[in-house]
Amino acid sequence: MKIHEYQAKKVLAQYGVPIPRGEMASNAYEAYEIARRLGGTVVVKAQIHAGGRGKGGGVKLASSPAEAEQIAGKMLGMTLVTHQTGPEGRVVQRLLIEEALRIKKEYYIGIVIDRLAKCPVIMASPAGGMDIEKVAAETPELIFKEHIDPSVGFEPFHGRSLAFRLGLSGEFLSPAVKVMAALYRTFEGMDASLVEINPFLQTEDGRLLALDAKITFDDNALYRHPELSQYRDFHEEDPLEIRASRYGINYIRLDGNIGCMVNGAGLAMATMDIIKLVGGNPANFLDVGGGASAEQVKNAFEILLGDKNVRAVLINIFGGIVRCDLVASGVVEAAKAVGIKIPVVVRLEGTNVEQGRQILRDSGLKFTVASGMKDAAEKVVSLTKQ
Amino acid sequence: MSILIDKSTRLVVQGITGREGTFHTRQCMAYGTKVVAGVTPGKGGTTHEGVPVFNTVVEAVEKEGANASVIFVPSAYAADGIMEAASAGVALIVCITEGIPTLDMMKASAFLAKRKSRLIGPNCPGIISPGKCKIGIMPANIFKEGRAGVVSRSGTLTYEAVWQLTERGLGQSTCIGIGGDPIIGTSFLDALRLYNEDPETEVVVMIGEIGGTAEEDASRYVRDNMAKPVVGFVAGQTAPPGRRMGHAGAIISGGKGTAAEKIRAMKDCGLHVAASPADIGETVVRALKERKS
Repeated sequence: MKIHEYQAKKVLAQYGVPIPRGEMASNAYEAYEIARRLGGTVVVKAQIHAGGRGKGGGVKLASSPAEAEQIAGKMLGMTLVTHQTGPEGRVVQRLLIEEALRIKKEYYIGIVIDRLAKCPVIMASPAGGMDIEKVAAETPELIFKEHIDPSVGFEPFHGRSLAFRLGLSGEFLSPAVKVMAALYRTFEGMDASLVEINPFLQTEDGRLLALDAKITFDDNALYRHPELSQYRDFHEEDPLEIRASRYGINYIRLDGNIGCMVNGAGLAMATMDIIKLVGGNPANFLDVGGGASAEQVKNAFEILLGDKNVRAVLINIFGGIVRCDLVASGVVEAAKAVGIKIPVVVRLEGTNVEQGRQILRDSGLKFTVASGMKDAAEKVVSLTKQ
Repeated sequence: MSILIDKSTRLVVQGITGREGTFHTRQCMAYGTKVVAGVTPGKGGTTHEGVPVFNTVVEAVEKEGANASVIFVPSAYAADGIMEAASAGVALIVCITEGIPTLDMMKASAFLAKRKSRLIGPNCPGIISPGKCKIGIMPANIFKEGRAGVVSRSGTLTYEAVWQLTERGLGQSTCIGIGGDPIIGTSFLDALRLYNEDPETEVVVMIGEIGGTAEEDASRYVRDNMAKPVVGFVAGQTAPPGRRMGHAGAIISGGKGTAAEKIRAMKDCGLHVAASPADIGETVVRALKERKS
């Protein structure tokens, strides 16, 4: 789960990370009021779940409340396109109005999970304010790392080691270590999979602050953080994906026209791949779950058909413990209940596969029964081209 | 022969009285696995499916000589279950549970690092040595005893690959689902090392997916150390970056973990790469022919 910058800053502040003064505005008048309260020059920042906002025109300076109001009026409702949003962009619905700061130097601090070492790793870089992925690719020597033992946690020496390498010594050493400790407390306390301050700012007047922040939460641990539900922004999510998540179905919408319904995440990815290989374009990733029960198949049909680009459906079920005849009955029942009108290719494999195929053929519905993944992919692709 | 499990394996089922635990205990026993004990805290002293139930894993080890465990407990308690089994000295721990918080798994991994137990999973179908022992949720009837090792991050895609092998008369020595999470116990690399040392395994199939760099690390091991042909496949060639494709570990982030990179590493390191998921079986046949010629 992702949250907005202003929300991430609120979370970080709760754990003791210093942040600039600022508030969220959802209309131009609020922007005016917040700018007036902050006084002086402010920054108007579009709040979308994607980076690269500055280059896309989503971050602007305003020297007066009136100017903040004017900029906010233009920014709200605009479609912001950045390298992370894809070409369709995101509509801006919220803004962060924040005090403008005089920047002396920009750094990067972030915590991610090192899969190989099986522990969190704090990364710091003097190349702040830049795309950290680009820094990692082009100048990896500018990224410093400290692995954290998850059973012990962050210790001040981790912070000192990084701060000295960043050149944050003297009066800045202790505050820098404190920020890193707070960042780790956030990571651990909130079950994050990523926390990032970029840039981490040293101001002309000698303060250290988080100018921009990003937190991604571990979906597996959301049950421990009911307070996070207030941060979820449904405008940032696909309506069909929201519906699918209510059914407990893993669904990700893509831009093709072949709807896919598969049991298991790996097989679902592989099914998308083979559709592409034979010249088609998958409309989605959909894992209906290992069991592929009639109820879930029906829910999955509804999600798939909610995407108006879908011109044919490919169902690929490997019946393992669940018998194919049961899966087939479920598919027939669900297709009848939903009243499906577009072509459906079904590929079943596993226990009782012949009975399963017979049930599909005898259903009176226009299923195309395929044998093997390649055959199924070719059949569904040719049906979309008719 | 096989790796990690065989006819001498004595299994304890953690969470035996739950719905999943009950069903799969029955399935494993029907396959011939020696299920010697179950653990459900508070139900010690009872029997379930004809198996003695204990309150703790350590009792199952002391009283029934369990040397392997399978975990079916809910995600909020699964890491605890892994550590309990490791603390009791169980040599092989197979965690089927999906959805364990990553932080819990990091702590459990640190705990395991100081002990001798091997963990498989979590979020995996388990391990099977066809004809000998099954610890997991895979459908037994698609497997056949033989000489191919299969190691995979996914469940049903593994069944697909195994079915393609069995259809072609190629049996399997041991098949391991290592799991779809970012933090897992046994890696591709660990599994390849074991297959390399197993005299009865003559070819290995490695089924990867997007996310992380485990496939790349394993490919380098194949190039430098592997004496047997390895067939590779990577799922998620069409996956968009930044989206979690079902499995918590299947995500392209920071430009890392793409299928293209993994396939390139596999090819550069001399693996036989199956171009499509439908070609895995045929690629194994070809790899074996090439080796013989």
